[in-house]
Amino acid sequence: MQERLKELQQEALEAIQQATDLKALNEIRVSYLGKKGPITEVLKGMGKLSAEERPKMGALANEVRDIISANIEEKQQGLEAAAVEAQLASETIDVTLPGRPVQTGNHHPLTRIVEEIEDLFIGMGYTVAEGPEVEKDYYNFEALNLPKSHPARDAQDSFYITEEVLLRTQTSPVQARTMEKHDGKGPVKIICPGKVYRRDSDDATHSHQFMQIEGLVVAENIRMSDLKGTLELFAKKLFGEDREIRLRPSFFPFTEPSVEVDVSCFKCGGHGCNICKQTGWIEVLGSGMVHPNVLEMSGFDSKKYSGFAFGMGVERIAMLKYGIDDIRHFYTNDVRFLKQFQVKE
Amino acid sequence: MFVSYKWLQEYVDLSGITPDELAEKITRSGIEVEGVEVLNEGLKGIVIGHVLEREQHPDADKLSKCLVDIGEENPVQIICGAPNVDKGQKVAVATVGAVLPGNFKIKKAKLRGEESNGMICSLSELGIEGKLIAKEFSEGIFVFPNDVTVGEDALEKLQRDDQILELGLTANRGDCLSMLGVAYEVGAILNREVKLPNPAVKTISEKATDYVQIKVEAKEDNPLYVAKVIKNVTVTPSPLWMQGRLMAEGIRPHNNVVDITNYILLEYGQPLHAFDYDRLGSKEILVRRAKVGEKMVTLDDAERTLTADHLVITNGSEPVALAGVMGGANSEVKADTTTVLLESAYFVGPTVRKASKDHGLRSEASSRFEKGVDPNRVRAAAERAVELLALYAGGEVLDGEAVVDTLQVEPVVISITLEKINRVLGTNISIEEVANIFTRLQFETSVDNETITVTVPTRRGDITIEEDLIEEVARLYGYDNIPSTLPMGSSTPGYLTTYQQKRRTVRHYLEGAGLYQAVTYSLTSEAKATQYALETREPIKLAMPMSEDRSQLRLSIIPQLLEVVKYNVARQIDSVAVYETGPVFLSNGTDALPDEREHLAGAITGLREQHQWQGEKKEVDFFVLKGILEGLFAKLGLEQKVEYRQAAVEGMHPGRTAQIYLAGQKIGFIGQVHPTVQKDLDLKETYVFELSLETVFAEEVAPLQYESIPRFPSITRDIALVVGKEKVAGEIESIIVEAGGKLLKDVHVFDLYEGEHMEPGKKSLAFSLKYFDPEKTLTDEEVTKVHEKVLAAVKEKSGAVLRG
Ligand SMILES: [Zn+2]
Repeated sequence: MQERLKELQQEALEAIQQATDLKALNEIRVSYLGKKGPITEVLKGMGKLSAEERPKMGALANEVRDIISANIEEKQQGLEAAAVEAQLASETIDVTLPGRPVQTGNHHPLTRIVEEIEDLFIGMGYTVAEGPEVEKDYYNFEALNLPKSHPARDAQDSFYITEEVLLRTQTSPVQARTMEKHDGKGPVKIICPGKVYRRDSDDATHSHQFMQIEGLVVAENIRMSDLKGTLELFAKKLFGEDREIRLRPSFFPFTEPSVEVDVSCFKCGGHGCNICKQTGWIEVLGSGMVHPNVLEMSGFDSKKYSGFAFGMGVERIAMLKYGIDDIRHFYTNDVRFLKQFQVKE
Repeated sequence: MFVSYKWLQEYVDLSGITPDELAEKITRSGIEVEGVEVLNEGLKGIVIGHVLEREQHPDADKLSKCLVDIGEENPVQIICGAPNVDKGQKVAVATVGAVLPGNFKIKKAKLRGEESNGMICSLSELGIEGKLIAKEFSEGIFVFPNDVTVGEDALEKLQRDDQILELGLTANRGDCLSMLGVAYEVGAILNREVKLPNPAVKTISEKATDYVQIKVEAKEDNPLYVAKVIKNVTVTPSPLWMQGRLMAEGIRPHNNVVDITNYILLEYGQPLHAFDYDRLGSKEILVRRAKVGEKMVTLDDAERTLTADHLVITNGSEPVALAGVMGGANSEVKADTTTVLLESAYFVGPTVRKASKDHGLRSEASSRFEKGVDPNRVRAAAERAVELLALYAGGEVLDGEAVVDTLQVEPVVISITLEKINRVLGTNISIEEVANIFTRLQFETSVDNETITVTVPTRRGDITIEEDLIEEVARLYGYDNIPSTLPMGSSTPGYLTTYQQKRRTVRHYLEGAGLYQAVTYSLTSEAKATQYALETREPIKLAMPMSEDRSQLRLSIIPQLLEVVKYNVARQIDSVAVYETGPVFLSNGTDALPDEREHLAGAITGLREQHQWQGEKKEVDFFVLKGILEGLFAKLGLEQKVEYRQAAVEGMHPGRTAQIYLAGQKIGFIGQVHPTVQKDLDLKETYVFELSLETVFAEEVAPLQYESIPRFPSITRDIALVVGKEKVAGEIESIIVEAGGKLLKDVHVFDLYEGEHMEPGKKSLAFSLKYFDPEKTLTDEEVTKVHEKVLAAVKEKSGAVLRG
C-alpha cells in the first residue's frame, strides 16, 4: 500500500511536470486528488490494516496529497505567469511611432514681444495704458510739442481722415491722454503698446501699419540717470544679461534732452558683425526727459514734476531678436511663419 | 549734410584725428554720422595727361587715336572713345597698372588693331555720380584747366583725396547745414579753436544803391533783404578746387558765379541768389506775396502757377524768383552776364516750406530756410561771396548794399542753476565743468555763485529753454558718464486691468484650442470695409489713401481673416485656424472720433484633427467652432447666459449660421461662410465667428464660489422624442429645464436621428436627464414624479411624442 502511494505520487508529479496549460493541470488535480481519484481508492483498502499501521498510512496519504497539491500550485503559478507574459508580448506596440498630435496655436510674435515687455514693466510698478488708434491731431501732435507748423511733421507723413482727425502715427498720444487724466498729480508710470500708422509704401523694411510700445514715468525728481538705469534693465531682460546700453544725443520734439539708445550687439557681443553693421551696437529705441511744454500742456507743473519717456518699434525688436528679414511677414500671417513662435525660451 | 574732412580742416585743426575717429566723436555727442565715404577708394594710378596729337582711328568711326604725354620719358598712344577728346587738352589718364572703381585694372590693350596704353577718363569713370558732373562734361571726358601740370595726381586736383562725413541731422540742428556750423560743433567736441573766414573786399566808388532800390511789402515773410552789385564779371568755370568741393558735397558745378553762391551756401549755411542785373530790366526789387494765378518760369524751365501763399521776388512788376526756393529763368546768370545782383535774405521758414511743398521743389536753399538760417550771417555771407566774385570772376564790387532791414534779433539769454542741471541729469557735475562746456560751444556765459547765465548765439536757434542748455551739458559731458539709477519715491502697484487680463485669457484659451493669433491691417478696401459688420455705420475713409486696397477703416475683422485663410490655402496649407483681437471702427460723423470696439474673430478650415498613421481625420464643421466658443464662454463664466439663434447674416450660409446672444443682447455670430464667397476666395468649407469682446467682458460674472462635491448619488433618465424637423434642440432643452426645476441637475442631447425609420418631416432627439438632490439620496418615486412633469411639459409645449 505504501508503495502504491509512492507510485501514485511519482506518476502525479510526472504528469504535473508535463502539463502545458491550466486545463491539463486542472484535469490532473481532479484525477489525483478528487473523491474518485486513485489515492482515495487506495485509502479504501485501509480497513485491512492493523490499528498501528492505520494512522501511519493515513499520514502518508495526506503527505502524498500535500506534495501533489503543492506541485500543482507551483506549476499553476508558473503557467499563469507564462500566460500573462504571452498576453503582454502580443500587445507590444512600436513606441517610436508618432503620438496623436495635439493641435495648438500660439501668440503672434508681436504679441509675444509686447507681453514680454509689459510683464517686465508691470513688475517694476507700471500699468498698461491703451488709447484710440484714430486720434485727434491735438493729442497726436500738438500736445506733444509739435504745433502745426513744426518741420518735424514732415517726417511723419500721416493718414488724415479730416484735418483734425488722423490715424495715430505714434503711441505717444496715449501718454498725453493719460497725463491729462492724472490732472496734474503724479506719479504716472505707464507702458503703452499699440498699432500706429504712417503713409509709407509697404516693402521689406516699411509698413503702413506697425506696432510701438512706449513707456512714461512722471513724478517728482525723475532724473536722466533713472531713464538710463531703467533702460539698462530692459535691455538685459529682452536681449540677455550681458547686454550694455549706450545713449546717443538725439532730437524728439516731446523730450529734452533726447537720446537714442543702442544695445550692444546680441549676435556678436560687440565685436562687430553684419547685424550691427560692424559697429558692435544696435539702435533699439528713442527716449528722453519729458519736455516741459508737454508736461505743462498735460496739466503738470514742470517746476515740480519731471519725467522720462521711451519708445520703440515692436517689429524692429522682433526682427532683430528673431532674425526676421521682411516686415511684411508680420501681416501676411503665413501659418509656417506663425507656428515658429510657439517655443517658450 | 555732407562734410568734407579736408575742407573742415580750414576752420578747425583736425591733426591727430582720423575721419573715422571724428565721425565717432560727432555721433557720440549728438549728430549721427551715417557714413564716411572715401572718395578715392579703390582708385590708383590716375594722372594728368596732355593730349599731344589726336587722329581718327583707322578702323573705327567713334574712336580716336591719341598721343598723350603722361609725364614719363615718352608719350603713350591711347585709344579713346569720348566724343569731346581733342589735341591740346589736359585730361585724367588711367595709366597702365591703374585701378578704377569696381577693381577695374587698366592693362595694355589692342583696340581694333591699334595699341592702347591706358585710358582717358570721364568723371563718372572716376566714381563721380552723373548728376554731379557739369553739363558740358556729362557726355565725355573731363577737360582740366590748362594750368595743371602733366604727371600730377589727377584725383588730388579734383579734391578726391578726401573723406566725406554724412551727417544725419535732426530737425533742430539746422545750424549744422553749414561748414561753419559743423566747425563750431567739432571745435566744441574737440575743445579746439575755430578759425572763421575774414573776407577782405575792395570796392569801387559806384554805389549799389545807384543800381537798385529794395522794397519789401511782405515784411513778416522777409524781414531782411540785402542786395550787392558786382560789375564787369566774366562768367567762366569756377576754380577746379571749388568745383571739386561742390561735387564732394553733392552739388553740380555750373559756372563761377553760381558756384560761388553755392559754395557760400555750404560754407555759411546762407542761401544766396545771383541775378543777371541786365536781365532784371529794372532798378527795383520788390518782394511781395504772389497774386492768385500769377505765373512764372523757374530755373528748371517749369511754369509755376502761384497763389497768395507764395512769396516772390519781382523786378517791380514780374516775378524773377520764388523766394528762398528757386530763381526765375528770366533773370538767370548766363555766359554773357556782366553785372550781377547778389541777393542775401532772411526768408521765414513756414513761407518757404509752403512754397516748396506746393511746387514739389525741395532745394538746398529751401531746406535751410525751412530750418531757419542765422540772422547774423546774412550780411557776412554776402560779404564773403563778393570777395570770391572779385577773386574768381574778375568782378568789381560796388560800394555798400541796397537793403531793407526790419529784422529784430533779440539774443536769447537763459539762466540756470547748477542744482537744476544735476537734478535733471542725476549727476554731480561741478560749476567749472559746466562753464567750460559752454565756453567750448562759444556761448557767452557768466557765472554768479551757482547760477550760470548763457547768451545763446543766433546760429543756435534751437536753444530757447533751460532744458536745451541741460542737453548741451549732457551731450558734451558724455552720456557714458551719467550714472544708472532707478526712480525713487513711493512705489506704485503694477498690474493689468481686469479687461486686459481677460484679453490674455481669451488668447491663451484660443491658442490652446488650436488657433494661431493673426494680426492684420486695419485699413481695407471699400468693398471689404463693411462686410460682416456687426453694426453698420458709414465707413471711415482716408483723405489721401495710398491705394484703394487700404482706403477705409474696417468694421469687421472677418474679411481680413478670410484673406489670411486664402493666402495660406493658396500655399498648400489646407488646414488653417486663426483668430484676431483688435478694434473695428464705427464712425460718429466728421471730425468726431469714432467708436473703436475691440472685436474677437476667428476662422477655421480644413482638418480639425488628423492622426496620420492611424488614418483618422476629422473635418472642421459648425460644431467644432461652436464647441470652441462654448469652451470660451465657460472659461469666462458666461456659458449659462449665452444663446445661439438660427439667423441669416449676409455672406454666410443661410442654414448654418447663428447669432449669438449674451443675456439677451446680440454680441456676434458664428457659422459657415456662404458657398459663393468660399468659391470666390478658392476656399473649402470655412467657418468663422466674430464677437464684440467689449460687450462680453462688460457682462457681470458671478464671483467664483466653491460648490460642495455631491455626497449622494444622482439618477439618470433618458428620453427619446419624436418631433417635427423644424424644432430645434435648444427650445426643447429649455422646456425640460424649466419643468425639471431644482432637482434636474443636467440635461443634454445624446442622439439625433433623422433616418429612414422616421416618418417624413420628423426626427428623433434623445436627451439624457440627470436628477440630483444635494441633501439626500433621491428615491425612484421622487424622480418619477418630476420626470412625469417634464414629459408632460415637453408633449404639451413642443408636440413631441415619446418614442417607443
Ligand atoms: Zn554685431
